[in-house]
Amino acid sequence: MSKRVGEGTVELTSRPRVAAWSSTVGKKEREGPLGISFDFTLGDDLLGQKTWELAEAAMLRDTVCRCMDKAGLEPEDADVLLSGDLINQIMAAHFCARELRVPMLGLYSACSTMSEALAIGGMLVDSGAARRAVCAVSSHFSTAERQFRTPLEQGGQRPASAQWTVTGAGATLLCGKDYAPDNAETVVSMRYATIGRVIDYAIKDMSNMGAVMAPAAADTLERHLLDIGRAADDYDEIITGDLGKVGRDLLLELLKEKGVKVDRNRVWDCGASIFSPEQDAHAGGSGCGCSAAVLNGHILGRLMKGEARRVVFMATGALLSATSVLQGETIPGVAHLVVLERDGE
Amino acid sequence: MNGIKTKRQQAIEKHYKDLVGQFTPNHALAMNLVRAFLWGGAICTLGQCVSETGKTYLGLGQSETSAFTAIVMVFLGAFLTGLGQYDRIGKHAGAGSIVPITGFANSIVSAAMEFRREGLVLGVGARMFVIAGPVLVYGIGASVIVGVIAYLVGLF
Repeated sequence: MSKRVGEGTVELTSRPRVAAWSSTVGKKEREGPLGISFDFTLGDDLLGQKTWELAEAAMLRDTVCRCMDKAGLEPEDADVLLSGDLINQIMAAHFCARELRVPMLGLYSACSTMSEALAIGGMLVDSGAARRAVCAVSSHFSTAERQFRTPLEQGGQRPASAQWTVTGAGATLLCGKDYAPDNAETVVSMRYATIGRVIDYAIKDMSNMGAVMAPAAADTLERHLLDIGRAADDYDEIITGDLGKVGRDLLLELLKEKGVKVDRNRVWDCGASIFSPEQDAHAGGSGCGCSAAVLNGHILGRLMKGEARRVVFMATGALLSATSVLQGETIPGVAHLVVLERDGE
Repeated sequence: MNGIKTKRQQAIEKHYKDLVGQFTPNHALAMNLVRAFLWGGAICTLGQCVSETGKTYLGLGQSETSAFTAIVMVFLGAFLTGLGQYDRIGKHAGAGSIVPITGFANSIVSAAMEFRREGLVLGVGARMFVIAGPVLVYGIGASVIVGVIAYLVGLF
């Protein structure tokens, strides 16, 4: 049963198993440094659909199906789907769920939705409310650009701190101890979840999301370590969602100011790693699909192979809306954290 | 909600703002200026060539030449946008390709293309001027004001 530890961390005492995972990315992401770790690459980023939004929904649906298939299950074998994306009213997630016929909880916390889904999914499985929970999120460059920025073909320049929305999706299947399918690799489980506080340090610059989210990431990590009495060095890797290069540097600086000792080499960011400098993505990738695809490709792959044994996965989100930006409001940030461990840790 | 921020919060925000400034890479200002100058100059030179062609070879009058040049340049901007090339130029040229009339065409056509799938009326029709709209409103507004002032000054 889930147990509260400290001020804001939940220990999942039954340790929900990570039974299967799957990731899908677009062509640009495939060409990046982590390219080979993704399961599936889109040949056509419209997926033969009429609109970008339907394409994103189809990508998410296919990713969920592939994830369930890897565990030898049908999508209906999940008791709940926890899903979200970046389009208004999380259209991609809902349109994906309408075809899957799995009970669904729609989530939105911008680019931190993957770790939010894992945290809630983990608690549902741990409490016995769900035998199996599938957590799946997506983002698509072409739906996010038109939602938050300018039309695709408009010719303008992006500042050096700007990030590139990843076209990608990731799905993770969490199972209770007795409900993991026999054929699934289940050496990895979820141990802790720390729900983030919404932090606003009065940044208004939409093209510097890393600066918006870094204070939230620093806050969540500090609280987590304090709650469970671990040091940052107890983790092989501390992985953030999409802070990008600017945000990662700011996170390290903020942690130093807070007196949280971390080894710089163990802190890395999905957004800063998914593209190479030659790919012209400026400060790195962003979008819920960024951390979701990297988790469900690179990170879980490494955990399974034993290249990392115990990691923090902390996706970060910038909580702006098209309305709030036009109204001149500052941008709040949030970061949810989950701990993934191999058995025997 | 209308937060009266505590002194402490204000200090944190001020300090963080400095940090962000320190860690955010600068835009390559000098390089951007040079590029914008060269691209903007090239586009305007092309416009001048079109204008001269109209005047010399097609025998157009002064106002006809202006209209001819505008039509050709807007067509080029729109055409390159349709081919998906104008945004590539814009990446390098910055203001160099936004300020000339080709950039104006780009802002309208790109929005029209983007929202085509929401239909001809509420998509293309409503969204076409989403970027160019403010330019038109304040451009035309300013010209009316200047016109009125010029008229009044002319009375005396």
